Amino acid sequence: MQQFCEQLLNGLNLGSVYALIALGYTMVYGIAKMLNFAHGDIIMVGAYTLLLSSTRFGLPWYLAVLLCAVVCCVLGVSIEKIAYKPLRNASPLTVLITAIGVSYFLQSSALLIFGSNKQKVDSLIKIKGFTVNGINVSGESIVTLSVTIVIMILLTLFIKKTKMGKAMLAVSEDKGAAQLMGVNVNATISLTFAIGSALAAVAGILYMSSYGFVGPYTGSLPGIKAFVAAVLGGIGSIPGAMLGGILLGIIESMAKTYISTDLADAIVFGILIVVLLFRPTGLLGKKRIEKV
Amino acid sequence: MSLLQVKNLGINFGGLKAVDDFSVNIEKGTLYGLIGPNGAGKTTVFNLLTGVYKPSTGTFRLDGELLNGKKPMEINRMGIARTFQNIRLFSNMSVIDNVKVGLHNHQTYSVFDGVFRTPKYYREEKSMNDEAVELLKVFDLENEKNNLAFNLPYGKQRKLEIARALATKPKLLLLDEPAAGMNPNETEELMSTIRFVRDNFDMTILLIEHDMRLVGGICEEVTVLNFGTELAKGKTSEVLNDPRVITAYLGE
Amino acid sequence: MEKFKSFLIRKKKPVIFSVLGIAVFIICNALISSGTLGRQGAGLLVPICINIMLAVSLNLIVGFLGELSLGHAGFMSVGAYAGCLFTIHFDLPVYIEFPLALIIGGLVAAIFGVIIGLPALRLNGDYLAIVTLAFGEIIRSIINSLEFTGGAGGLKGINKFSNFSVAYIAAMLTIIVIVNLVHSRHGRAITAIRDNIISAEAMGINVVFYKLISFVMAAFFAGAAGVLYGHHLAILKPGTFDFNKSIEILVIVVLGGMGNITGSIIAAIIITILPEVLRDLSDYRMLIYSIALIVMMLSSSSPKLAELRSKIKGRLRPSTGKEVA
Repeated sequence: MQQFCEQLLNGLNLGSVYALIALGYTMVYGIAKMLNFAHGDIIMVGAYTLLLSSTRFGLPWYLAVLLCAVVCCVLGVSIEKIAYKPLRNASPLTVLITAIGVSYFLQSSALLIFGSNKQKVDSLIKIKGFTVNGINVSGESIVTLSVTIVIMILLTLFIKKTKMGKAMLAVSEDKGAAQLMGVNVNATISLTFAIGSALAAVAGILYMSSYGFVGPYTGSLPGIKAFVAAVLGGIGSIPGAMLGGILLGIIESMAKTYISTDLADAIVFGILIVVLLFRPTGLLGKKRIEKV
Repeated sequence: MSLLQVKNLGINFGGLKAVDDFSVNIEKGTLYGLIGPNGAGKTTVFNLLTGVYKPSTGTFRLDGELLNGKKPMEINRMGIARTFQNIRLFSNMSVIDNVKVGLHNHQTYSVFDGVFRTPKYYREEKSMNDEAVELLKVFDLENEKNNLAFNLPYGKQRKLEIARALATKPKLLLLDEPAAGMNPNETEELMSTIRFVRDNFDMTILLIEHDMRLVGGICEEVTVLNFGTELAKGKTSEVLNDPRVITAYLGE
Repeated sequence: MEKFKSFLIRKKKPVIFSVLGIAVFIICNALISSGTLGRQGAGLLVPICINIMLAVSLNLIVGFLGELSLGHAGFMSVGAYAGCLFTIHFDLPVYIEFPLALIIGGLVAAIFGVIIGLPALRLNGDYLAIVTLAFGEIIRSIINSLEFTGGAGGLKGINKFSNFSVAYIAAMLTIIVIVNLVHSRHGRAITAIRDNIISAEAMGINVVFYKLISFVMAAFFAGAAGVLYGHHLAILKPGTFDFNKSIEILVIVVLGGMGNITGSIIAAIIITILPEVLRDLSDYRMLIYSIALIVMMLSSSSPKLAELRSKIKGRLRPSTGKEVA
């Protein structure tokens, strides 16, 4: 029981990180109708920024967090402007291959700059954990969970209550109609990439506080798994991304404990295939009628 | 017995009745028009008849055979071919290959024959090629046969879509706004092509059109749809003079 | 004589292809035996053939069917393990055993092609791409955790059966089968699905069947390529067949041009030789690949760049008056 509860907590911790990354995927997919394959690598960039700013140069934590968010935002928006924007009307195949290219570009650039060895990043979280009924609750878990919950609430409020949030919803429903209603589609898409990348930066920081090492490929696997989470929850749906992320995190840590560490990833991907086969719209996704 | 018998066909999209209680009988060899204001559900009827959408109510039969619930591929094989309102050619394939895709199901050589180029492959490919060229000639496209479909001018793309649909050798041809975007001269030419197809291919044609000159000029019978339901039906000249139809088009 | 002449005219392309194919084979063999290529050069011939098989088969899915498969290395690994386990455990004469191993590797991979093709029937675009990626990763994890595959340590003790002649014939067969398929009614059906799936269905094309056939064929040749690969290196490690390997094959296909088989062949040769020639640049290899992917995609689809390209083309090749206005 104690082990189960600790694994549940671990799962929630990991799941929160997945959920934050999945939000970026799902928002971009909802609005730009593309799978931003490079999204996972933004986490890696965020983690390296943290390494340089906090661990190497000793910036205070709030400046380090701010710097990470800004760097990732600028990167995300520039990627959109340079690589994706010219392809708005191209086939999905073309866009996806480009996104894979961007992902590889980020990874190989990091490899050239920082080398292939993983480097230690000091955790920003200094809060001490506590023990209830013999179950360890670490400071990292507390912070990760609370930060995730706060971000989810803020994001939901932003989309439901603000003008820009509503513009995002409008663009995701119908780009053309939104444009006719005076919504600046390009700005909205940029904003989506900015928010998604900032969330990835936060996810990167939280991921580092639990795992502690960054390498050029740090972002790729969590990125792909977060995409699985987004699909599981229903791509394009924000509550879906949260639910999918948390579920996936719990499943993964349970599988690691009770089945096999080697096969945990296979199980995660197996879930993706099963979901896509039997409920392609995910748990909370809407069905769309294709126009002919 | 009528070639196409549609009985009480209907479909709902989340509570909205896009088409309701649509019935029609089309005799073999007829040129039949389906008209109505924008959003009346005309293309939805086509999508129902070709299996893109599954009807919520009603049935339709071609030559007595029940077709509702069948997949687009099966319906095409049973004898209904169509064109699309927003042209859907195989745009990166050559003009003649577009027609050959239409002829696909009328050849029998297997994947093995194709991969190892058996005599059957050469024989059938040759007859397929001849047939495709013949069809292109009907539509005056034989000089374009090796061009890519997306390089064709608009009017020719519309014609190629009709040629491709005919290549599947249907009993019933559905044309979705064949004259859309054409100038009066092109429309005139298209009208004679459609008549030619009906007479020489022994074809029954159901077409959606906004151009009243075209409908009045070639259709023997029409149905007018408004808000998904039938407003009027009958001989073209009578229906087009019906005050209710004029009101539906021009408003009160 | 007259008959022969008309035969030559009618089958001009196949004849040229056969003559060229045999000539290349003889020249390469002569270069190997005379030692002109050197050890390093001769050692590259088999990998070139393997990459040609991988790229041409992947091109069937990406270039002609128009779907993205990110799990081609998965097919390759399944075939490789099946074929290599066969030659390890059976003891037949080489000239029977090795061709049989190639076929077995291909068939086992083809079965996996069906398994992946089945979800492909319901999915397309990004979703299908991610499923192929997931399959590739699942296969790798499973091979990693099984005992009879040697696990993470790898499968050792494989005979070095692969030589240039076998690899060359296998690559030629791959090219012939896929080119012929593409130029048949079946290939046109596959290409029609790529161009417009809705009208392909409306024309009576069996989309399910042709998606499946594409995946099965591509998987078969990737699997056979895997068998050659295993018998070339004499060791198989699951780590070799990761996502990066799939991307490397994709890079070849994209650089050669999607839907262009000759392009795939040339790109496979260049991408295999280049890293050996430019060893100093090996750190930059992935960076160059990634930039190549982005630039290729942007230049083929961005309206501004397309305009620029057609201008350059127009200058290089003045209008021949072939186009009918």
